[in-house]
Amino acid sequence: MRFTNVILQTATKVIVFIILTFALQVLFSGHHNPGGGFVGGLVTASAIILLMLAYDSRTVRDVLPVHFRRLGAFGILIAVLTGCAAMLAGSPFLDQVFSHVELPLIGDMELASAILFDVGVFFTVIGTTMTIISAISEDE
Amino acid sequence: MNNNLVVLPIVIPLLAGAVMIFLREYRRLQRVTGILATGAAAAVAGRLVDLVAREGIQTLQVGGWPAPYGITLVADMLSALLVFTAQIVALACLLYTFDSIGEEHESHYIYPLMQFLLCGVNGSFLTGDIFNLFVFFEVTLIASYVLLALGGMRVQLRESLKYVLINMVASTLFVIAIGYLYGVTGALNMAHLSERVAAAGQGGLLTVVSLLFLIVFGIKAALFLYVWLPDSYSAPPPAVAAIFAALLTKVGIYAIMRTFTLIFYHEPRITHTVMLAMGALTMIFGAMGAVAYWSIRKILAYNVIVSVGFIVFAVGVASRDSLSGALYYLLHDMVAKALIFILGGAIISIAGTDRLREINGLIRYRPMLGWLFFVAALALAGIPPLSGFVGKAMILGSGIESGHVLLAAVGLLSSLLVLYSVMKVFMQSFWGETLLSEDEAHATGKGALLPGSILAALVIGLGLGADWVLAYVDIAAETMVNPVQYIDAVLAAP
Repeated sequence: MRFTNVILQTATKVIVFIILTFALQVLFSGHHNPGGGFVGGLVTASAIILLMLAYDSRTVRDVLPVHFRRLGAFGILIAVLTGCAAMLAGSPFLDQVFSHVELPLIGDMELASAILFDVGVFFTVIGTTMTIISAISEDE
Repeated sequence: MNNNLVVLPIVIPLLAGAVMIFLREYRRLQRVTGILATGAAAAVAGRLVDLVAREGIQTLQVGGWPAPYGITLVADMLSALLVFTAQIVALACLLYTFDSIGEEHESHYIYPLMQFLLCGVNGSFLTGDIFNLFVFFEVTLIASYVLLALGGMRVQLRESLKYVLINMVASTLFVIAIGYLYGVTGALNMAHLSERVAAAGQGGLLTVVSLLFLIVFGIKAALFLYVWLPDSYSAPPPAVAAIFAALLTKVGIYAIMRTFTLIFYHEPRITHTVMLAMGALTMIFGAMGAVAYWSIRKILAYNVIVSVGFIVFAVGVASRDSLSGALYYLLHDMVAKALIFILGGAIISIAGTDRLREINGLIRYRPMLGWLFFVAALALAGIPPLSGFVGKAMILGSGIESGHVLLAAVGLLSSLLVLYSVMKVFMQSFWGETLLSEDEAHATGKGALLPGSILAALVIGLGLGADWVLAYVDIAAETMVNPVQYIDAVLAAP
């Protein structure tokens, strides 16, 4: 192991968690502010890619035993089914509802069904990006 | 009035495709899911056709955002009929895929990809927004890129590279054209666009933009700019080629019909003349290609091109009768092209080659296949009472009526050459000495018989039941001639 790898790996251990936290922040703030599932997904994927660069793809696969193609499909299912839920209620496809709840410590919190759609997009973007990256970076 | 039924033909294949990705190892389950999903989408589309006939154009403002600000899905008769036919044809192609595609493809996501392709095709037919038309084009294309390259044979990789590059150029032009259009009119919703263009008048700038659209759709539909088509439709496995031939270019034709009857119908002297010229040249060159080649795949691919030219010729004439004829012929062509590609694929799989001179006397032990091919060949050429005849008669009649006698003659001549080219395939491969004994055959070709019979029955049914079908086609043509109906349905909705 080269010395530069030690610096990269040590820094990565900290930075990855900062990036992932930021990704969640971006994902959930997307309802009213810039951000959302697409950007959040890309930021998350970039954290995973950083891990792959610092370590190697096999280590990352051991740490994250996720089948990325299926994760993408799972995201599509969540997003589309959220849209379909509106149809069951008789409103147009992708229509959303929201309400306010009082949470202890946090206070007033807005809950919107659109966030579920965003979570679906989030998973789809991670799944697709990682599938593409691993397809062009690995020889299988 | 919002009707969620309109979105189902897009949602059903998308969900089915996503579910199938989890079923990668279970090939039988994938097949069942595919049949169920396409069957369900066909049922929904059939219901839509019925609803549009009885209650008028159905719309859905997605997410409850009203047009022209939100995304609108519109099912008028043109869209509904095309979606319905596309599902039926896809069902037949799917049945043929089961038998012909092989384990390797099945475990590499061929069924999910077909569903995603259908999602894009249905979306293109149903969207009421020109930017979303672009998005659904891309969905269709990305699925088709993978379908074309899947299998990784040398010829497939070479052709998919060309296919991807050409479509990238076309898609870039598409976005640029949409950008210009938005810059000039400030609208993307097609009904809104129609209103704005009508109010401002289709000046020089908009006419140039419309020609840009014509070029883009011309590349996608293989209208005159067809050089990419014969090679790339010869590369994939027969089942995939069948679904390409039946659906892909038709989406481009639909886009031409939609934009030039709804938005850019004010300067027919320029735009429609260009369309007529492109249509005529496409027919001539396509027919020449179909006659010249001695390879089944190439002959069939050039036949796709001829019919594109013929339909766009009818769209260019732009009378009510010719638009009816164009739509009827488009429906016929989806069915007939799927049929002949499936049967051609069966011949190739039996003989192990697509070189006509090396195939002989198949009728001895594949009589059913032979007769089905004969029906398909006659239908393509437009021999009564099969389905091609009605459409051709309507198009030629309205062409002559509006003074395009020369172009109608080109159309007639091209159908004659089409007849020659497919009869050449029939006579070469089914008549003559049987060179290949039954146990030497590379495949049985029996898998083509069920989907082939279904489609052949449809071809005969479309011809004999023409009056019944034309009642529906006529409703579509009426909307195309009176864009106000479409605009009112979209913009008046609360």
